[in-house]
Amino acid sequence: MVDFLLNTVKPHFNFWVYVILMMIGLWSLIAKNNLIKKMMGLAIFQTAIILFYVSLGVKDGATIPVLESYGDYAEKAEKAEPAGPEVAPPDATPAPVVVNPADTYANPVPHVLMLTAIVVGVATLGVALALCEMIYKEFDTLEEDELLRKIKALHDDA
Amino acid sequence: MSPKIFASIAVVITGIVLLYGISDFPTFGDPRSPANSGVEGGAPSTSLYYINESYGVTKVPNLVTSVLADYRGYDTMFETVVVLAAGMAIFAILRSTTKDDETVAGPARKSSIDGDHNRIIVGMTCRLAVPVVQIFALYVVAHGHYSPGGGFQGGVMLGASFILIALAGNLDDALGRFSEKSYMALASLGIIIYAGFGVVPQVLGKNFLDFGVLQKILLTDGPEMARSHSMLGVEIGVALTVMSIMFAIFANLSSRGTLKGGL
Repeated sequence: MVDFLLNTVKPHFNFWVYVILMMIGLWSLIAKNNLIKKMMGLAIFQTAIILFYVSLGVKDGATIPVLESYGDYAEKAEKAEPAGPEVAPPDATPAPVVVNPADTYANPVPHVLMLTAIVVGVATLGVALALCEMIYKEFDTLEEDELLRKIKALHDDA
Repeated sequence: MSPKIFASIAVVITGIVLLYGISDFPTFGDPRSPANSGVEGGAPSTSLYYINESYGVTKVPNLVTSVLADYRGYDTMFETVVVLAAGMAIFAILRSTTKDDETVAGPARKSSIDGDHNRIIVGMTCRLAVPVVQIFALYVVAHGHYSPGGGFQGGVMLGASFILIALAGNLDDALGRFSEKSYMALASLGIIIYAGFGVVPQVLGKNFLDFGVLQKILLTDGPEMARSHSMLGVEIGVALTVMSIMFAIFANLSSRGTLKGGL
């Protein structure tokens, strides 16, 4: 059990969380009878997708994708830097590992995609709520089986 | 078969398939994963280009802003249009101006921030909080180039400040400050600002949303600063639309389209 957790779950725990959230969302979308609960399931499902994307862009030891040194400041830092490491003491540890500057910032692309997805998700959730409100106004219920029964009764009358 | 059993079977099968696929994914936080640095032996990931080169081209340190508002300008513009369309859809579904709806929404409450003594603490706190929220929202919009933030986030915060007024007092208070006419006009104005930043380069003989050519109009040092300033303009347009539509959604949903009384 511990081996399974350490070797299988831990390196991919973000994906495990996303799959579990997605299963919760999918289950409530299919099994729940109430339209509001279905929409909650849809929102949980969407959260799972957002988590999946954002966690793909994570890099160990990286910071947010906002440059820390840029413009004049960066030029000054570059000029000042060579003075330091060149006069290393003789008993110095091996040369520091060269860090690719791209590895110090998280991947910005998933952030961009999810930023717009979140706002559009809120807007479409608003439309869904408006539809639910109209359904409730018309039929006095948001339970799916009752709705189907009432709609069927309407058709039988006509 | 009852729907719950069917749902459980479908969900468990989906979950098992997805979990089976997980073993092929890169480990969490791996900087060498295909998404972060490209496929081995293939082309490097686009994100490396954004991290290494985008500051030189756009002069915007926040990579998310530069990718969002410049490289993916079309995407962002039509996301904003989707937000406007959602506001229009809610208007079309819910908004009713007939008189007999008063029975559905209940009688309009007579409470306000000033009048109702049961709400004096909530009302006063809200009155103190709203300017702070709005100034911080403006900071988030204007400082989106240099720190996390931008039009969407600042717009949502501005919309939330009006929703706070509506929650603490009543909807009429909030609508008195931000009427239906003005939020619909501002929502459209935001799209017009965004599309305007796209059309002007076309008039100047370049592609839609090609901000670099705007240096002739914005009188900047070079195309890089023109892109930076255009992004700020675009973000302001996004913020206007998002603010208006967030408040429109709340106002219509909380009053069932009558825009009276509210919660």
